[in-house]
Amino acid sequence: MAIHSNKLSATQYEKNFSDIHPPFETKDAALVEANRCLFCYDAPCMKSCPTSIDVPKFIKQITTDNIKGSAHTIFNSNILGAGCSKVCPVEKLCEGACVYNLMDEDPIPIAKLQRYSTEKAIANKWPLFRRKESTGKKVAIIGAGPAGLSCAHVLSREGVDVTIYEKEKKGGGLMTYGIAAYKVTPQFCKEEVDYILSIGGIEVLYEQELGKNVKLEDLQKKYDAVYVAIGVGLARQLDIPGENLEGVVDAINFIYTIRNTEFGKVPVGDKVAVIGMGMTAIDAATQAKRLGASEVTMLYRRTQEEMPCTEVELNIAKLDGCEIIWLAAPKEVLGTEGKVTSLVAEKMTLGEPDASGGRSPVSTGETFTIEVDMVIKAAGQTPFQQLVEQNQLQHKNGKIQIKNAATNLAGVFSGGDCVNGGKEVVDAVQAGKDGAAGIIQYLFPHSK
Amino acid sequence: MANISSNFLGIKSPNPFWLASAPPTDKKINVLRAFEAGWGGVVWKTLGSQVKNVSSRYSAVNYGGHKIMGFNNIELISDRPLDINLKEIKECIKLFPDRAMIVSLMADNNKESWHEIIKKVEDTGAHGFELNFGCPHGMTERGMGAAVGQDPEIAKMVVEWVMEKATIPVITKLTPNVHSVVPTGMAVVEAGTNALSLINTIQSVTGVDLDTLVPNPYVAGKSVFGGYCGPAVKPIALKMLTTIAQNEVTNKVPVSGIGGVSTWNDAVEFMLLGASNVQVCTAAMKHGFRIVEDMCEGLNNWMDEKGFKTLDDFIGKSVKNIVHWEDLDINYHHIAKINQDSCIHCGLCYIACEDTSHQSINLDFGKPYNTYSIKEDECVGCNLCQLVCPVSNCITMEEHRVAPESINWIEYQKRGLPLNDH
Repeated sequence: MAIHSNKLSATQYEKNFSDIHPPFETKDAALVEANRCLFCYDAPCMKSCPTSIDVPKFIKQITTDNIKGSAHTIFNSNILGAGCSKVCPVEKLCEGACVYNLMDEDPIPIAKLQRYSTEKAIANKWPLFRRKESTGKKVAIIGAGPAGLSCAHVLSREGVDVTIYEKEKKGGGLMTYGIAAYKVTPQFCKEEVDYILSIGGIEVLYEQELGKNVKLEDLQKKYDAVYVAIGVGLARQLDIPGENLEGVVDAINFIYTIRNTEFGKVPVGDKVAVIGMGMTAIDAATQAKRLGASEVTMLYRRTQEEMPCTEVELNIAKLDGCEIIWLAAPKEVLGTEGKVTSLVAEKMTLGEPDASGGRSPVSTGETFTIEVDMVIKAAGQTPFQQLVEQNQLQHKNGKIQIKNAATNLAGVFSGGDCVNGGKEVVDAVQAGKDGAAGIIQYLFPHSK
Repeated sequence: MANISSNFLGIKSPNPFWLASAPPTDKKINVLRAFEAGWGGVVWKTLGSQVKNVSSRYSAVNYGGHKIMGFNNIELISDRPLDINLKEIKECIKLFPDRAMIVSLMADNNKESWHEIIKKVEDTGAHGFELNFGCPHGMTERGMGAAVGQDPEIAKMVVEWVMEKATIPVITKLTPNVHSVVPTGMAVVEAGTNALSLINTIQSVTGVDLDTLVPNPYVAGKSVFGGYCGPAVKPIALKMLTTIAQNEVTNKVPVSGIGGVSTWNDAVEFMLLGASNVQVCTAAMKHGFRIVEDMCEGLNNWMDEKGFKTLDDFIGKSVKNIVHWEDLDINYHHIAKINQDSCIHCGLCYIACEDTSHQSINLDFGKPYNTYSIKEDECVGCNLCQLVCPVSNCITMEEHRVAPESINWIEYQKRGLPLNDH
């Protein structure tokens, strides 16, 4: 029992990390589903999409063999529509609202149809958008994640020259670095970013990090406006004894390693505990299992009722053979010779509802111990509070405060995870659009 | 159990479902398979002139992901040697003596040709003839098929030739490629035909290939008007059938109903509007002969539920329910009602009414589900909302008579009651 890499054969890795939501094999298969769509008016699916993609329209366009039009409809609302079709928790968004649910019928597979059109657009490099003539205005964007890219694309369409400063070597942000590999491949992420940038007018400077080799005040001087889309990224600490033992890792780093390395080179424990029950916790647990861990146990302080992940995600973990322990909070990590050997957890119970109606977990005093050699912390992420403070950005618990996308600093706008504290990719895309709208209004106050 | 056996001009069949004159009935192998599957009878594919067919021959109209809502063909009459056809007809009759064997005919346009073929076919033991006055393609250029059916005088003349010779029942098949089927229908009844059948196919272009720009079906870069049939033509067929069933000359003879019959339900509708039996083609070409099983079972169950013991108990029962517009009751009024418990909030009723009808549906915005309700004072009872609603019985039309008394347009005018008042 130990943490090491190369637990499986290349074939097994390939199988374990193959696309979890395979695309339609044929046009006919897509048409069967597209033709089921009722073409609702003021459609609930559209209203449940943070970017308001006109779902009935893009599906109708599939049925009329107008795939270019379909892809345009999607990208016009969500330039990351291809990635979102793979990573969105659609069961609580568009598909969850599909009226077929009210007939106890399967909803339209909206994500799969969205993937059908957008993948064709990306594969064929369809130039669906044309950039307006350059206005001469220049905007700097910090972060080439979903919010930054979405903002950049809208600005470029309007003739603004955009420069993105990205701290990593690749664009895409969490899409590239923070999502389970069986949902999106590095290859796909690269193609998606390239497709977005193909409109022109957007330059991306890689390995440029705010607070290190990039200064906000310099950007403010050099550009007509700045959009801060730095995301979140610090894993919430457990603040328990033994947290520094070798074998305790945070989920963000663990997933980052998976996304940046060959599967065979990612170290994983034999018996792994994952703390948390959000989407990232699920991605960490399932991937630990798929990398060859023999036992993965997920611990969550509350019950299934309160879990942040969707039931669909929970089922992925269950089907992967992950154990779930509800009402359990980590108390101490034990180890020998500096390495993790076990995790002590407290049994919890839900307290009386507080003023907001929520029920906080309360310790029962009872504890139990599980033998583990790796502990993955996925109890949420915290904003880059220090960085935000250093740059005099007004914030609340590290989350940048905005009004119509504008921060307290003149000409500085912000959006995405660094503002909302960490939501879905699709929320960041909408934030990028809102940011661009705010910037356009700021740059061209007299135009409509 | 109801009795679904049929007697058409004395020609008996165990059920009222015949296969129409078409490719499925052009040779022994198909016809035997049809009889084994349970079809009550066949109308053997048209015999007559010498022809040569082309390739391709069929094309279709698909709709909303469903294949073959409508179908068309440019195939001519039988292109097999007459003596082989006659031999096979005889063999089929011998193997299945309880089934109806009608032979479709289209001879060259002279008395001798008709008399010659009538004699030859009668020798096979066939039970009846169907005169093909309807084929809209290929044969018309030679003054045959629809060219005969479109001219009551010519049709009458040909039927007279046939009736001089034929000793078995004669059915005359009418073309729909006319303003009204009644004039030809009347002419051939007056000429002595024993029965009518309708409709034959409707001249059509099913579509144009958007890559090659050649219409369908494709024959070496060209196409030709084809005969349209299948579910899409049923409403037209039912209308034409009704005009025959309501005309005092044509309703003296039995009618075999044709045109998009695909299910037992369709068949019952044809029979309610005056058909004594029905003929099927496109549905069998799409699904094979096995569809007759449910046609028989469904008809039987429906008759049992309605208390009809024999086909004659309901044939023609709906003919009187189609009247002239001026005979309709103007005081009848119904209003849509949306059952909120079964509504799935798709908004289709709302947008249909709002954009294209009478703006009679309220929309209360909700996220993600809106609530829709009827503005009763505005609703004219047009049915559109109910027609577009994807949920059965979610929208119902509730009767709200304007007044208890029934009043038609003529009486309404006489009394000087208000017009243009909505």
